[in-house]
Amino acid sequence: MGDIAGYRRDTDGVHPPLASPGYASTRLRAPCRTPLMIPHTLTEVTGPALGERDFSALDADLTRQHGGEPLGERIIVHGRVLDSNGRPIPHTLVEVWQANAAGRYAHDLDRHPAPLDPNFTGAGRCLTDAEGRYGFVTIRPGAYPWKNHHNAWRPAHIHFSLLGRAFVQRIVTQMYFPGDPLFGQDPIFNSVRDPVARDRMVAAFDLDATEPEWALAYRFDIVLRGREATPFEDPEEDE
Amino acid sequence: MSTRGLTPSQTVGPFFAFGLPWPGGPYAVPEGTPGAVWLRGRVLDGAGDPVSDALIETWQADPQGRYAVGGFRGFARCPTNADGRWAILTVKPGAVPGPGGTTQAPHVAMSVFARGLLNRVVTRVYFPDEVDANAADTVLISVADPVLRATLVAGAVEGAYIFDIRLQGEGETVFLAI
Ligand SMILES: [Fe+2]
Repeated sequence: MGDIAGYRRDTDGVHPPLASPGYASTRLRAPCRTPLMIPHTLTEVTGPALGERDFSALDADLTRQHGGEPLGERIIVHGRVLDSNGRPIPHTLVEVWQANAAGRYAHDLDRHPAPLDPNFTGAGRCLTDAEGRYGFVTIRPGAYPWKNHHNAWRPAHIHFSLLGRAFVQRIVTQMYFPGDPLFGQDPIFNSVRDPVARDRMVAAFDLDATEPEWALAYRFDIVLRGREATPFEDPEEDE
Repeated sequence: MSTRGLTPSQTVGPFFAFGLPWPGGPYAVPEGTPGAVWLRGRVLDGAGDPVSDALIETWQADPQGRYAVGGFRGFARCPTNADGRWAILTVKPGAVPGPGGTTQAPHVAMSVFARGLLNRVVTRVYFPDEVDANAADTVLISVADPVLRATLVAGAVEGAYIFDIRLQGEGETVFLAI
């Protein structure tokens, strides 16, 4: 077989450096050595297609997983998953997890003295549609304190996990809310050094997608790595 | 061609356990699959302490060296436990095509996510019973130092392959930029 069209590398330094000492947990966990650059082979350009058959249920409505309604501000979070060539990524797994409205995770080790909500777990999964669109219904998560530094608070965020269609596209990120006053003091948000790239983690308030008398809406588009253009393969004809 | 800027990576944080793992996650192949074997290990930090809040994901070819064909999932996901241990059930992959008409030794691609990792780290698991294929593998060859190269090759015990990941410092695993 011929050589493979690889995926674009992160030449702009969009991703945060692993060694980001302001985030204390990096100090014993960030590798010391520079990673070894390898070419993209079949291993890297293929990837799993997880879907309905792999999970007992895909559940994009986090407000209906229990007997009652969770407390908090009901919101719709939606957007598109695209590659960096602007092409939608269809039928790919999007996973989210988050704190409840009080800023507490449904996790045994979360010690924040804020109430759990018996009607909210805070995890969901869905697949993008043929145009790369996804959507969740949830409640707006609360900010929460953590012990990274004195009086440290995480801005409200929803954790996102994207499988993409190739091993190289796999990414885990966080979605933030516009105008959060906690951005300035958060070393995780600010680990992304380019402010323009950082802004891409901030959802946009989306009045058009709100449901009157029901829920506000935020739009969060996610961009994964796209293929390199090569003289042998017109990426517009890819797939 | 104009390109869109990528969405930056962020840490998986400490509280993904109720969101990402699922009961079938550790099974790249169903239990009872002929040739099924456990691939397991620990994740250790720069002080040699277990990382109890990491998540391992693997991606691999089937025994014939084919990716994602015939219902073969080839993907597994397992969180580490309090001792930093993870385990996935899989089958040993076949050799797969490499760049320039070469053949790559059987390997499993691996991602490690954790609190304190602002992006995943990526490595590969090679197999100790593939001495000749490993000696011809372009990725392994590109790791000149044999001590470092050895961090990419699993150990073997009865019924399992063992692959420990050292994130930092002494014995640090070779991680790959892909
Ligand atoms: Fe969080």
